[in-house]
Amino acid sequence: MTTLSDPPGGSFRLSMLLNDTRYRSYTFQFIALVIVLGIFGYLGSNLMANLRAAGLNISYGFLGESSNYDINQTLIDYNSRSTHWRAALVGVLNTMLVALLACVTATIIGVIAGVLRLSPNWLVRKLMAGYVEAFRNVPVLIWIIIIFTIMTAVLPAPSAYRGEDPTASMLFGAIAFTNRGLYLPAPVWGPGSLFLGLVFLASIIGVFAYRRYAKKLLFDTGKLLPMGWPSLAILILPTLLFYFILGRPITLDYPALAGFNFQGGTQILGSLIALWWALAIYTGAFIAENVRAGIQSVSKGQAEAAASLGMRPRRIMNLVVLPQALRVIIPPLISNYLNITKNSSLAIAVGYMDITGTLGGITLNQTGRAIECILLLMAFYLAISLAISALMNVYNNAMQLKER
Amino acid sequence: MSDTHQQSIGYVRDSMLPEATPPLGEVGAIRWMRANLFSSIANGALTLASLFVLYHLISGVLPWALNGVWDAPSIRACREILDGNTGGCFAVLTERWNQLLFGFQYPSEIYWRPTLAFVLLFVAIAPVLFRKVFPLRMLVFSALYPFIAYYLIWGGSILIPVFALLGFVAGYLVYSRFVAQSFAAGFFGGILAAFVFWYVTGFLPIEGVLALQVVESRNMGGFMLNLILGTVCVSLSIPFGIALALGRQSDMPIIKWICILFIEFIRGVPLITLLFVANVVLAYFLPPGTNFDLILRVIIMITMFASAYIAEVIRGGLAALPKGQYEAGDSLGLDYAQSMRLIILPQALKISIPGIVNVSVGLFKDTTLVSVISMFDLVGMIRGPILASTDWNGVYWELLGFAAVLFFIVCYGISQYSQWLERQLQTDHR
Amino acid sequence: MTKTVTLGALTVAAFAAGAAGAATLDDVKARGSLNCGVTTGLVGFAAPDANGEWEGFDVGVCRAVAAAVLGDPTAVTFVPTTGKTRFTALASGEIDLLARNTTWTYSRDVDLKFEFVGVNYYDGQGFLVPKALGVSSAKELSGATICIQTGTTTELNLADYFRKNNMEYQPVPIETNGEAQQQYLAGACDVYTTDASGLAATRAAFETPGDHVVLPEIISKEPLGPLVRHGDSEWGDVARWTLNALIAAEEYGITSANVEELSAGTDSPEIDRILGTEDNLGAMMGLEPTWAKAAIAAGGNYGELFEKNIGENTPIGLSRGLNAQWTDGGLLYAPPFR
Repeated sequence: MTTLSDPPGGSFRLSMLLNDTRYRSYTFQFIALVIVLGIFGYLGSNLMANLRAAGLNISYGFLGESSNYDINQTLIDYNSRSTHWRAALVGVLNTMLVALLACVTATIIGVIAGVLRLSPNWLVRKLMAGYVEAFRNVPVLIWIIIIFTIMTAVLPAPSAYRGEDPTASMLFGAIAFTNRGLYLPAPVWGPGSLFLGLVFLASIIGVFAYRRYAKKLLFDTGKLLPMGWPSLAILILPTLLFYFILGRPITLDYPALAGFNFQGGTQILGSLIALWWALAIYTGAFIAENVRAGIQSVSKGQAEAAASLGMRPRRIMNLVVLPQALRVIIPPLISNYLNITKNSSLAIAVGYMDITGTLGGITLNQTGRAIECILLLMAFYLAISLAISALMNVYNNAMQLKER
Repeated sequence: MSDTHQQSIGYVRDSMLPEATPPLGEVGAIRWMRANLFSSIANGALTLASLFVLYHLISGVLPWALNGVWDAPSIRACREILDGNTGGCFAVLTERWNQLLFGFQYPSEIYWRPTLAFVLLFVAIAPVLFRKVFPLRMLVFSALYPFIAYYLIWGGSILIPVFALLGFVAGYLVYSRFVAQSFAAGFFGGILAAFVFWYVTGFLPIEGVLALQVVESRNMGGFMLNLILGTVCVSLSIPFGIALALGRQSDMPIIKWICILFIEFIRGVPLITLLFVANVVLAYFLPPGTNFDLILRVIIMITMFASAYIAEVIRGGLAALPKGQYEAGDSLGLDYAQSMRLIILPQALKISIPGIVNVSVGLFKDTTLVSVISMFDLVGMIRGPILASTDWNGVYWELLGFAAVLFFIVCYGISQYSQWLERQLQTDHR
Repeated sequence: MTKTVTLGALTVAAFAAGAAGAATLDDVKARGSLNCGVTTGLVGFAAPDANGEWEGFDVGVCRAVAAAVLGDPTAVTFVPTTGKTRFTALASGEIDLLARNTTWTYSRDVDLKFEFVGVNYYDGQGFLVPKALGVSSAKELSGATICIQTGTTTELNLADYFRKNNMEYQPVPIETNGEAQQQYLAGACDVYTTDASGLAATRAAFETPGDHVVLPEIISKEPLGPLVRHGDSEWGDVARWTLNALIAAEEYGITSANVEELSAGTDSPEIDRILGTEDNLGAMMGLEPTWAKAAIAAGGNYGELFEKNIGENTPIGLSRGLNAQWTDGGLLYAPPFR
């Protein structure tokens, strides 16, 4: 709005608060603030009154008390004598674990499905469309339950591996699929494995160095070095070599049936697998659509221009289409990661002990401290979301700079 | 070309060759397959792999689905009938059909009421969805529908929905009386009038006037509960979403920050924690002795959740409008309310409709989460009373498949509509 | 803007509703119905039948209290609660009485500020295993995978027991009894543990109950009882003495069948006092003189409730055990009515 003329001096009337555009916004803001504060004050006073009437108080002291319950998947040291705080921490790590696994898997599935949806192959295209529609239009909770049911009701119990004539047998003699989860061989780090790890780290750096060199060579002289096979060789060969030179410092501990369960090896819980794959396949369908939209957003002329320069289809995809598509793909991709993290709270449906299961579940039930637990739970998710959004903003800003 | 050459030059053909049939590989099904399925070796391999997957899917599902048992009292009877053959035990669906749709506590003699409400939903929603096909007058029925549906589903005296409706009418009358003077006066006056009306009618004896049998909210269940939560929360959240989006775009810093905080908070936490709040802690924040229904508390929470997401969609719509539109409103001398109401919002909402529909689909799917807080919606019924009963313990696939198919039909239908609408809107812009 | 206005309206509505807030007894009388918190469904204790009518042992307690206060055993609104919501529901006043097989523990009584009005079932935690496992004692369960229902004292007892005996186990936390049952039957866990009464009820629902056995060890004390909020002693008295009246009625042989006849007057002063024929004990609590008579007539005395819902002739088939009258060697012991 433009200023019309000098304000009529002096005479301030009360009606101007509502009718004069200069003051009206203050009035509205004041009213809004009063209403919001009023609501908070009202809710707060109710809370106080209710708590006083019930003789309760808000206190986080219970976090320091011993939790007295056990958790079946702990990434850090934990037992039933640890505190509720520690239990919450175990839950946080479990949430992070399943979210991370699901994000990686969903990205892989989504990118493959998204690219295949644009494949020239009619059958593949239709199949992928079927996958995307089937998973996008059915609630994720139902998918979680379906996959969990596959895990518990279809896979054999460990007892099926027992006896003279077992009804189930281990894959390669090393991997057992049971309705309690997946039993895998676990690595045993012998002496010298630290050195091996260092060698592996060095080869990763070597791969990057090689790629840099190849790129520089390309830009300087136009000579094209092969990328794929040498990289793989640099990554694997030295480690493999030292593995045998050092006398196989890393051995595998195979799971074996003993007592009630398989012993040895690592167990991946059925509930983790169910949650992980349900989230991955469900979100993968959304990511596939993003990827497809991203690729289609790159104008066809770009690909045609690259083709007329004599580039091969794979190079066109890698060097021309994908870099441009990524700008469209990444922002929704990040919000899909956010959704995975939030949806992982459905762990409660399959009994996976994430933060909702420990802090928002057993701790809440055992201590009865509902308000405190749920506030902490919300604070945790809020912190994660804000962190991811901040990441997204940084990315968006970085991308915007390059735009003209 | 002139035809002179045709006479003068001998080696120029003077008549057309007859059309030859294309080579066998370039015609009909074979050509199509070569182009679409086997254009390269890699493609051929993909095709074969897809065929393999398809074969496994079909050979696994088809006998199970076709050989299903539709009439048996329990899973044991079902297995006896199947006698070791592969086949689904769909009898659970026929036997528990009503429970799956209405929950286990809705009085069975009045199933016709929610069914009728469901049918009328289509009548009410059709003119909203397909503006060009149906006469504008049908929108009147759409406006009346919420009150009719409330009366049908919950029952009780007819005066409750009638007074609720009259309150809105009173509010609208006051609004249209004052809106010419100032939008704010009309708007707040209207709201005030509606509340005064409701407050006053609250003292009238309305028991039993044309009363239908009352059904308490806690007796709602099954797919009906999903539909109720979905439709109620989506329709409630649109006005809130618009208000929040406008607030977030506002020049007034306090209002802007209130809206930003609200939206970011809600979008930052999972719906399930909000449902926990509704279920577990909301009671602490209400005055002692208040007894809110769980379903009402859940509706409040899901509505808050949905409004935050819809606000973001509408904000996108507002941002997508060219700046000239805002300036045009200002230059015509319209005030904020007028330019929003007459110029900005109609266009912004039109752009946002596909986004709003997507949010609605997501929200409808999310209504299944109420099963986690021990409400018996479709998923809750399946996981709770039906799978736990001695008769049907172990009938997973039929039940879960049924739920998945039911949700798929609804959500796929809505998303197809959204895509159709998007195409419609696109042509309008070009 | 619309948002804040609507919230404001809500608060107005809430103000109108929140005017009341006096003693629970007056609230219940004014409301004309008792809000009673029960489980979402545990056969025998509280579960809706095919018609949606709640029935069970805990439901019987609710109905008795409603009958004592309002004279009408059907004047009860049953609020299904989960392990998570039950305490909030009671503390916030959503329910007046929680009868949901809740274990009486120190922290619940003292820290959460509830008042347990007595014990209506003495229970203990046990283990259910398939016979095929060949286990005969809980001491042999080291390394087992155990299904537990979350939100109960069960998981605490389990942790303590295995820690004490220096054994390992893998807990599988499960939300509802129904799912626990599925997982146990599918073999996803070797053992299912919960209160012995719950194990009996679960086993009864199996296709072949004979293939499963409850291990002899009972690893905890689980006194289950109804509870009310701290600080409202009058209401606590009503609930406590209704429960005592049911227990005492069994001791003195008052049943739902003969309560009418006995209330005409007997030669036992104690019975007369309970039934309000002599003295007016009800008036001391602000109730009708016939409060206990109504409570007993509602569903019968303690023994009748037990036999009808969870006794040996029901599918659950629990024997009285610790829950027999003190005269029969059990723990039930109602203080004298005088």
